[in-house]
Amino acid sequence: MKQLLQARREWLLLAIIGVIALAVGARAPVFLSWRNGMDIANDSAILAILVMGQMGVLLTRGIDLSVASNLALTGMVCALVGRAMPGVPIGVLLLLALAVGAALGSLNGWLITRFDLPPIVVTLGTLSAFRGAIFVASKGAWISDQDIHVAIKGLPREQWLGLPALVWFALVVLVVWAVFLKLRREGRELYALGGNPHAAQYVGIPVKSRLMLVYTLSGMLAGLAGLLWVGRYSIAYTELASGYELTVVAACVIGGVSIGGGVGSVLGAALGVLFIGVVNGALPVIQVSPFWQQAIAGAVILISVMVNARAERRGGRLILERVDMKGRAA
Amino acid sequence: MKAWNTWERVLLGLLVLLIVVFGISQPGFLSPYAMADSTFNFSEKGVLALALALLIVTGEIDLSIAAILALCSLAMGFAMRAGAGSAGMVAAAVATGAMAGFLNGWLVTRYRLPSIVVTIGTLSLYRGLAMVALGDQAMSGYPEAFSILGNGYLADLFGPAWLIVPIEFAILLLCAGGVGVVLHRTVLGRRLYAIGANPVASRFSGIEVDRYRLGLFVFSGLMAALAALMLTGRIGSTRPNIAMGWELDAITMVILGGVAIEGGRGSIVGTMLAVLLLGLFTFAMGMANVSGIVMSMIVGVLLIVAMVLPRLRSSFAIFRSRAGT
Repeated sequence: MKQLLQARREWLLLAIIGVIALAVGARAPVFLSWRNGMDIANDSAILAILVMGQMGVLLTRGIDLSVASNLALTGMVCALVGRAMPGVPIGVLLLLALAVGAALGSLNGWLITRFDLPPIVVTLGTLSAFRGAIFVASKGAWISDQDIHVAIKGLPREQWLGLPALVWFALVVLVVWAVFLKLRREGRELYALGGNPHAAQYVGIPVKSRLMLVYTLSGMLAGLAGLLWVGRYSIAYTELASGYELTVVAACVIGGVSIGGGVGSVLGAALGVLFIGVVNGALPVIQVSPFWQQAIAGAVILISVMVNARAERRGGRLILERVDMKGRAA
Repeated sequence: MKAWNTWERVLLGLLVLLIVVFGISQPGFLSPYAMADSTFNFSEKGVLALALALLIVTGEIDLSIAAILALCSLAMGFAMRAGAGSAGMVAAAVATGAMAGFLNGWLVTRYRLPSIVVTIGTLSLYRGLAMVALGDQAMSGYPEAFSILGNGYLADLFGPAWLIVPIEFAILLLCAGGVGVVLHRTVLGRRLYAIGANPVASRFSGIEVDRYRLGLFVFSGLMAALAALMLTGRIGSTRPNIAMGWELDAITMVILGGVAIEGGRGSIVGTMLAVLLLGLFTFAMGMANVSGIVMSMIVGVLLIVAMVLPRLRSSFAIFRSRAGT
């Protein structure tokens, strides 16, 4: 039943996205052109990579608010290394981005598992700490277009088999993550862990190492996104992507990933990303002020969690709900 | 729940240490005028922190509180444009705050949604509405009364020139007193702790959990309105990005103040000590020419250290007791 609800929900979201795209396309045919589609895909690719990491964390009932700061810090580190060593190949920079991001993510994971701290507080702290570290690393200066390493700038402009490189990166992450969650034992354990952490402990799931895994992965993907972001916009500065963590969480929630843990699919999360991408791409085309973006995103989050409210209720809580309702009637 | 506990003592110790260290190293820090003026920078955030402390003790959170502040400030501006007087502007801000808070509370209680998701949504919604309504414009030209509220001292109101306490800080202290008495000395306060510790058990023992939750969200909207009056008065203008990101600062104050994020524990004394600690620390670092972003980094690290230290001690205690037996 829950499977059915989840599946239906994804079709519904896809239909809504389709209707929006067609409606906007009817008013401004340019919106449905291949070129515009690629623009939206390019804009959504980085968000999709971040959302996959965040989704893993949300599945375990956690939250990673530090992703945007991690992204900016890793991006800055890569830009600085690129500037200091003009000869460094892109492969090394990619590895560096993944490593720095993973290190920052594992710091979150270590604090959360070693000291048993609430994830929201830890990542709230590292959100500020990483952001400040960018300032310290760059001494507050901007690294602008001419100082960004050529390979970093070139990467997002590559085209492979007719698709932009950013889209390929996002697709690879999506597919690997989907296979991991569906077919690997560790992936299934994340759902079990989020569904009921105590039960997960009793059936022998190594809770701490799984938590470590999701935070490290979230950091690693944020690091990758950082390198791509700096390349795409060819700039690195302290306030880069500031506040983007809320967009990432929003995409997850719109895509049906439950903040309460244990519920969510890669397809749904990807559709959540696509939704945000299509809405953001559509507003300028139909000449609605881009100031509407945020308000619409907010309204959509609220509506989708209200729609989800029923599906998210777990069997184990039903007894309490019913008692509560009786209490209400009395 | 005790209002004066180990953590509050630690905070007080840190506060004294901070005043001594910066008093020695930063000439001028200890001057009463500097101290009084330093409070301007954190009084509004302190008001938000008080509302958040109550919510977090009850096991909820309101991430939209700074966005509500922005909406209230906007409401003041539009009321002024519509020709309302000072009283009308205050009424507009208070009504907006109450409505925005009510929407949060209604969504949380009616649909049984986690408050963090709801308020991430309304954070986007409220801030977005502020941007839609105002675009890249700003509103200014507020009546003199608000400027006095935001920038004045008690001396301006009551006469004696030695009363250099800013009105904003006096308001913060009044609110802290009120909220503290309610939380620590009334049945209502006990119930909030009970709800935070175990909402289901509280419901079974006859506490109208949802009614209190709804009330608290409205209260947090009202406190945001109060902070909006103070902040708008102080800076004399409204922009859609007013108080951007303050929700995280206020939450940091509450958590550093020893309120447990999972609910059921914490005190207003601790929250206020953390407000003072962070406020004075920021002020002193500003005097020492440390950039704002580095300060926020230090605050972030402080937040984590504040969480880690007590756990280190308790795990050490377990280790010792194990070694003993």
